[in-house]
Amino acid sequence: MVTHVCKCTRDAVDEILTEYPAGKRETLIPILQAVQETFGYLPEDALDVVGKHLGVSAAKVYGVATFYNQFRLQPVGQHIVRVCRGTACHVRGSKLLLDTIAGELKVQPGETTADGEFTLETVACLGACSIAPVVTVDGDFHGALQPRHVGKMLKKYQKHEER
Amino acid sequence: MTSTSPTRVPQLEPLMAPCCSRCTHSAETPCIHYVTCRMSGPQCHEDPACTQRMAAARAAALHQLTVPIIYLGAGTCGLASGMDQVISILHDALDSHGIEAVIKEVGCFGLCHREPMLDVKKPGRPRVCFDNVDVAKALAIIERYLVHDEVPHDLAMGYISTPDSMSDCPEYLLPNLYDLPVLSRQRRIVLQNCGLIDPNSLDEYVARGGYAAFARALAAGDNGQMVLDEVLKSGLRGRGGGGFPTGRKWQLTRQQTNTPKYLVCNADEGDPGAFMDRSVLEGDPHRVIEGMLLGALAIGASYGYIYCRAEYPQAIARLLHSIEELEKVGLLGDNILGSGFSFHLKLKQGAGAFVCGEETALLASIEGKRGMPRVRPPYPAQSGLWGQPTCINNVETFANVSTIVDKGGDWFAGVGTQRSKGTKVFALTGKIKHGGLVEVPMGMTLREVVFEVGGGILNDRPFKAVQIGGPSGGCLPTALLETPVDYDNLIAAGAMMGSGGLVVMDDQTCMVDLARFFMEFIRNESCGKCIPCREGTTRMLEILERIVRPYRDETTEQTLQRFKSVIMLEELAQVIKDTSLCGLGQTAPNPVLATLRYFRDEYEAHVFGRTCPAGACRSLLTFTIDADKCRGCTLCARNCPAGCIMGSAKQPHIIDDTKCLRCGVCQDSCRFDAVLAE
Repeated sequence: MVTHVCKCTRDAVDEILTEYPAGKRETLIPILQAVQETFGYLPEDALDVVGKHLGVSAAKVYGVATFYNQFRLQPVGQHIVRVCRGTACHVRGSKLLLDTIAGELKVQPGETTADGEFTLETVACLGACSIAPVVTVDGDFHGALQPRHVGKMLKKYQKHEER
Repeated sequence: MTSTSPTRVPQLEPLMAPCCSRCTHSAETPCIHYVTCRMSGPQCHEDPACTQRMAAARAAALHQLTVPIIYLGAGTCGLASGMDQVISILHDALDSHGIEAVIKEVGCFGLCHREPMLDVKKPGRPRVCFDNVDVAKALAIIERYLVHDEVPHDLAMGYISTPDSMSDCPEYLLPNLYDLPVLSRQRRIVLQNCGLIDPNSLDEYVARGGYAAFARALAAGDNGQMVLDEVLKSGLRGRGGGGFPTGRKWQLTRQQTNTPKYLVCNADEGDPGAFMDRSVLEGDPHRVIEGMLLGALAIGASYGYIYCRAEYPQAIARLLHSIEELEKVGLLGDNILGSGFSFHLKLKQGAGAFVCGEETALLASIEGKRGMPRVRPPYPAQSGLWGQPTCINNVETFANVSTIVDKGGDWFAGVGTQRSKGTKVFALTGKIKHGGLVEVPMGMTLREVVFEVGGGILNDRPFKAVQIGGPSGGCLPTALLETPVDYDNLIAAGAMMGSGGLVVMDDQTCMVDLARFFMEFIRNESCGKCIPCREGTTRMLEILERIVRPYRDETTEQTLQRFKSVIMLEELAQVIKDTSLCGLGQTAPNPVLATLRYFRDEYEAHVFGRTCPAGACRSLLTFTIDADKCRGCTLCARNCPAGCIMGSAKQPHIIDDTKCLRCGVCQDSCRFDAVLAE
């Protein structure tokens, strides 16, 4: 872990930590969630600061951060594409949809495109099974999506960007 | 997301507020009569003005208003299907006609295949339900029904009776919603308020008898003995999957002398294809919280946690709102209603780990650790959160409790079968016509659930199997459609109740592919603590992946290995079952074992024939274009997501097999049947 923490990261993390009492291990996950909410991911520096605040070693903080699917240790793209991989979506063809999106963006699930525009993720189940297969982009639902609609859907977000 | 829109109508009487200055109740100065007072108050003084005010508040909470009410199905599925667009135009549309109306956002009614749903209730008239509402339809409803008072029979799906509706309304010419086949066979206990009330309104829950059972249990002054007796009598079993008797669990925790005790609600609904808990939390959060309060009283817990998936932002928002509301009126906190009983409830957000549905892993996660299970005993009832006695129940289990205490354990035991009492909520999904949330009495057969309640298979294709119980459950074939749905019969058939996901599959679903899907899921979600689960599921997935590997990618030695490994599949599954640490690992091979048991011929077709009878394992297919039939219209090339179809206009095209994704888009789009897959 680095010893010199960037000041802007430190300030933002300190701001979050004011809401959580020091030394309480059970607040670790809520704190990491708040940090991710702010930065979009968990910066390495932030993990160090959080660990010191709670009296938990950096290794243990890292252990928790890597255990849960929600936490990311890399920055994300401007748009997050999440493909639901629940059973209902699978039965209605979400694997093919995922492969198509991955092919279109030229990334694997969990990666971000080279231009930093899209991050592709999978999610276990969004609970919107009746409109399977489901993909969300920045939280907007796209239900009953077919591989041939993918290009158009992604373009909508790209275009939005250029405007 | 806003709930009701108070600006559109005159201020309604709040039900939970004091009737006048003589009412002394507050969170700090609690009164034992506070809840009963809401229903038949005031109790401590007589004043016709107060009686009238409370009656008016009750009527308002029961939706008996002098202006129309517009209900918007704004659960996650409603919003995802397009309700957000309707919401965005609704206010302007009403304003432009000068219509006063109350807009209520309600939870999911369960008819997900009809979403987005919008209902309109006029004063003194039944509630008329409209399905598949888009912006144009919403405008037509406003124009015809609200402006011109013409019942739009062609747009409406049916009506729901309300206590205040007159006997001769034109709406009654529509079908009663509860007479529709999808609803007539259901029995709603857990879902009784879902989709009907505003989940953000404590008033509406209380006006329908909410928290009355809790208030009565507190007033009994027996430290929850009555609650425990009723739950024991009811025979309620845990709805999270295992089916352990809830009363017994509570009794064990109650017997512990160590304090403080904790009560945890497991809302980490991780099963892919299941959304029962989400819908209940979004549509009727107070029912779950009341169940927790009753449970806490019965076991003597003073602290509680709801552990909810972070993937359910709406459920989390509603729960936080409900908890805040309850703390404000003193139904949560210290010395509740002056009884001396204290209960503090907190919401914990999960962070996306399936294994946290396992109780010891969930507790580790609440403590801020990696969510890994530990060996039991000691059971959480003896040593749970921070070593204290802890009781963990599922959302749906808690949602049953208030009705059990209210109507009695014997009443509840009258529903269902000998050993499985009550009802079960299922999320009916997959290749089914009427997908959504259904609540049926235990013991109904799978055929009734799929074909009568669910309306049969999508596009009338042949039924193949139903997957029940998520990644720990199994697939049941046509021959077992007469199996009654209860805990014991499902286990005997090689599946399990699980949390309630019911995924229906038709002849286009491949069972090997499905087994592979679940194995991939379990492999990804295995916490890695014990070797049988961590390594075993990886090896099982490898074997399943070999089965669908195309001939062209395989060497002779790999072919040999493939045959060998398939023979070992069952043995490996047994080892994982016998030696894994927690329930996740012990049940991990179930999807493979169940499909092997009932669909062995499909495995054989893959292994020996290298074909997928369902045509779902696309890696076994090769797409080619018949040069004689191809007219060179270029449609397939334009649609191909991989860009692997080449050819000039009006010339036969060819597919580059090395780039082909095997998605079948070319085959679907070809108008000359020139694309062949074999």
